[in-house]
Amino acid sequence: MIYQDSKTLLAVRDLRATVNGIEILKGMNLTVRSGEVHAIMGPNGSGKSTFAKVLAGHPAYEVSAGEVQFDGSDLLGLAAEARARAGVFLGFQYPIEIPGVANSQFLRLAYNTVQVERGKDELDPLEFDDFVREKMKLLEMNPEFLARSVNEGFSGGEKKRNEILQMALLEPKLAILDETDSGLDIDALRIVAGGVNQLSGKDNAIVLVTHYQRLLNYIVPDYVHVMDAGRILKTGGKELALELEARGYDWVAAEAKEQAGARA
Amino acid sequence: MNSVSTKAYLDSLLEGRPEASPLSWLNELRAHAVDRVGALTVPTTRDEDWRFTDISPLTKLSFQPARDAQAIAADALQPWALNEAAARLVFVDGIYAPQHSFNNTGLTVENFAAGLERHGAAVQAQLGRHAAFEHNAFAALNTAFLHDGALILVPRGLAPAAPVHLLFITTRKHAANYPRCLVIAEPGSALTLVEDYVSLQDEAYFTNAVTEIALAGDAQLHHVRVQREGAEAFHIANCAVSLAPSSRYHSVSVALGARISRFNLGVLLGAEGAQCSIDGLALIGGKQLADTHTLIDHAQPQCTSRQLHKCIVDGAAHAVFNGNVMVRAGAQRTDSAQSSRNLLLSGKARVDTKPQLEIFADDVKCAHGATVGQLDLDEVFYLKSRGLSETAARNLLTYAFGAEVIERIPVATLRQRLEQTVMARTQSAKAVAGSAP
Repeated sequence: MIYQDSKTLLAVRDLRATVNGIEILKGMNLTVRSGEVHAIMGPNGSGKSTFAKVLAGHPAYEVSAGEVQFDGSDLLGLAAEARARAGVFLGFQYPIEIPGVANSQFLRLAYNTVQVERGKDELDPLEFDDFVREKMKLLEMNPEFLARSVNEGFSGGEKKRNEILQMALLEPKLAILDETDSGLDIDALRIVAGGVNQLSGKDNAIVLVTHYQRLLNYIVPDYVHVMDAGRILKTGGKELALELEARGYDWVAAEAKEQAGARA
Repeated sequence: MNSVSTKAYLDSLLEGRPEASPLSWLNELRAHAVDRVGALTVPTTRDEDWRFTDISPLTKLSFQPARDAQAIAADALQPWALNEAAARLVFVDGIYAPQHSFNNTGLTVENFAAGLERHGAAVQAQLGRHAAFEHNAFAALNTAFLHDGALILVPRGLAPAAPVHLLFITTRKHAANYPRCLVIAEPGSALTLVEDYVSLQDEAYFTNAVTEIALAGDAQLHHVRVQREGAEAFHIANCAVSLAPSSRYHSVSVALGARISRFNLGVLLGAEGAQCSIDGLALIGGKQLADTHTLIDHAQPQCTSRQLHKCIVDGAAHAVFNGNVMVRAGAQRTDSAQSSRNLLLSGKARVDTKPQLEIFADDVKCAHGATVGQLDLDEVFYLKSRGLSETAARNLLTYAFGAEVIERIPVATLRQRLEQTVMARTQSAKAVAGSAP
């Protein structure tokens, strides 16, 4: 939701990034204020997932130009773990399976790490167990997922619920959810979206990276951005997503080209 | 070292053999083994089976079997005691220690001296029949010294839940130990067995163990083998398992200790419907060498085998895995899957892995694969994106890599302790892993 006088959480200016020497982000600009929900849409290969990973600090991507301010401080100078502790959360498109590590152990380690950073008390395994079970109810997750290895053998939907569970535990200021809707059936989509909505408030912000409009029926965005070739070409309200659903992406690129031509 | 001196070395190891037994068949078995030791030589890296494992440091030292029992306090065993164990046999420097042993099961769990009196015929029918020593100098040497050992006989239909613990402790430097185990599981029985090699000292000694396991129809054995010998130890072991129809053998073998260790595991799926899962973990560092050779022999139709072998190698250590899966002619509807996964934590660490599939039947399902690598960048990033430091992320992933095998151990006390060991080891490895590019 858009609030008057809310503070700027994320300010991306002319961001360029490469992977293996190939430029993927070619001048990204985006401002996100607390309380807002943004959707970034666009065709395959437009750089949406790269943008999400660059913000989270994935080491395979090199930032070649531009700047990113998060909550008033430089974000790009921070290592991935420092960004997480500062309140940036990336919900993975393909959550990693970690055989041999119990999900409960992983969740508690992550939770306690962030708690310590915030000057709060760590929870011991018993305390954490009670705490996490409450959070799991939000996502209608079976507690048996605590004893299993992290994401191992989870279905697509279970993995995404586990991602949102981590978001619920870490309480980030900025959650970037990369294709959280992919691989979800309609029931799982409703549950996951319901969880995200409950976690969304006036002190945090959410950036949804998605291909499809259907997620936005459940998590209603304040802004919809269309990305193509490493930049945002067009920004609108939630109705833009419906237009994209009806007309596809090509017209956006054509329109942008026309405008560029008109300016030239 | 030339073959003359390796022969002389084997002869020197033959000194100090036990006195003649009142049992003529046992004397004959030993005498045959002595002959074979005389005919064989210490393997070298020119032998295909020992290509990657240079055992010559062994031959530069001399070892003698202990003649008398070393008294040790009960407290000294505490680090290895298993709360769940219903029976325990302890051998100190190869000598049975009745004061530390107990048996609260309805099974025969005793040393050979007692076991041979009561079950002579059953033992005679199995002992030396599974672990072939014709072409195996170390198995022959063990058999030449055959006089004491652990006998476990599970009667028909009995399936105690509590595990049996065999603990082999070395207390003396330059000791030569020849542990021997014989497990006979009668039809429809089931057992969990822990075979555990430990040390109270860190100087060089030589353990040369042989374990034979005969599972009758529909019998089941969970076999956990823990090699946590002293830092300078040489540990050579042969384990041979024979499976009758519909019997099931599940093993988890963990190699943590010893300067040089070699474990040969042979599983004969000798009758229809037999199943095995054999999993292994070698976690080594420094200048350790751990070699595991396995042979799964699908000799009959409709048998199933599963194998996961993992190595975590730090420092300048060297792990070797050779996993042979043999599917013999006529072994139709064989179902076999084998995986060798290896994690190198330092630039000087080395792994030689060789999955080896030999198939002589046409209606089979066989899968195998091997990977050697460092920690996955995306896995590390995933953990860091949740706030974990680089070091914590790498430690956790290294631990997890080993824990996947450890968690298959069906004895909680042992599993938890080994998890702690793996945790401690993987955290001490962090300096190397963390500095890797």
